[in-house]
Amino acid sequence: MVKDIEDIVISTLSRFLIPFMQVFSLYVFAHGHSSPGGGFQGGCIMAAAFILMVIAYDLNEAKRRFREKALLIFCCLGVFIYVGTGFLCLLLGSNFLDYSILSKILPADPIKARYYGMAMIELGVQITVMAIMLSIFLDLVTKGEHEGALEEDV
Amino acid sequence: MKKVLAFIALIITGALLVYGVKDFPKWADPNQPASLHVSPRYIEHALDETAVPNLVTAVLADYRGFDTMFETAVIFTAGMVVMMILRRPKKW
Repeated sequence: MVKDIEDIVISTLSRFLIPFMQVFSLYVFAHGHSSPGGGFQGGCIMAAAFILMVIAYDLNEAKRRFREKALLIFCCLGVFIYVGTGFLCLLLGSNFLDYSILSKILPADPIKARYYGMAMIELGVQITVMAIMLSIFLDLVTKGEHEGALEEDV
Repeated sequence: MKKVLAFIALIITGALLVYGVKDFPKWADPNQPASLHVSPRYIEHALDETAVPNLVTAVLADYRGFDTMFETAVIFTAGMVVMMILRRPKKW
């Protein structure tokens, strides 16, 4: 269904570009506390790197590197990390998403623990946004008929 | 006929929304309620309370963490709905 078109300029350029996009995405996520950035933006950049891989090579090459099953697990994992952080605060004896209490298990004072709690939920946002963006893109470009999309051809 | 009715409904809804805008505070008005107590509270205390220098992150992930949780859930739901609509077996 997907034609295999190799263009040496595009494939070489994206080979250089994709690792930098992925590192930049992690930078945007990790530096979101002190400069503009965060989970949503970092996740979008990470998804854009994979979408560039789909465009420059082909669909199956990208799916070989990021399998359908892993994609689905990542979709759920991000929300799980976010809600899990909330419930962790609840279990430690505080309000839902009140990160100060995380200082009980983290080597940090209560104020600094809020910083790490925010980093944890931003990680969850990043993972979900990245996986969902990529999943929606794959579904839209192939009308939901890409390899591994349905149970019967897994 | 249907299109005319839809257009009339559209005009009425739009008029109601524009009518509602009339009561909003003026754009960038320093005396609007949000600028009087919410914003100064965040600007003055965010760094002491959260140890995060970026005010946007502090509001997004700490003061309004519950809101952001459901934003993430909305994105998750959007992805699941696209999967449900587009990924159908051929024989049904």
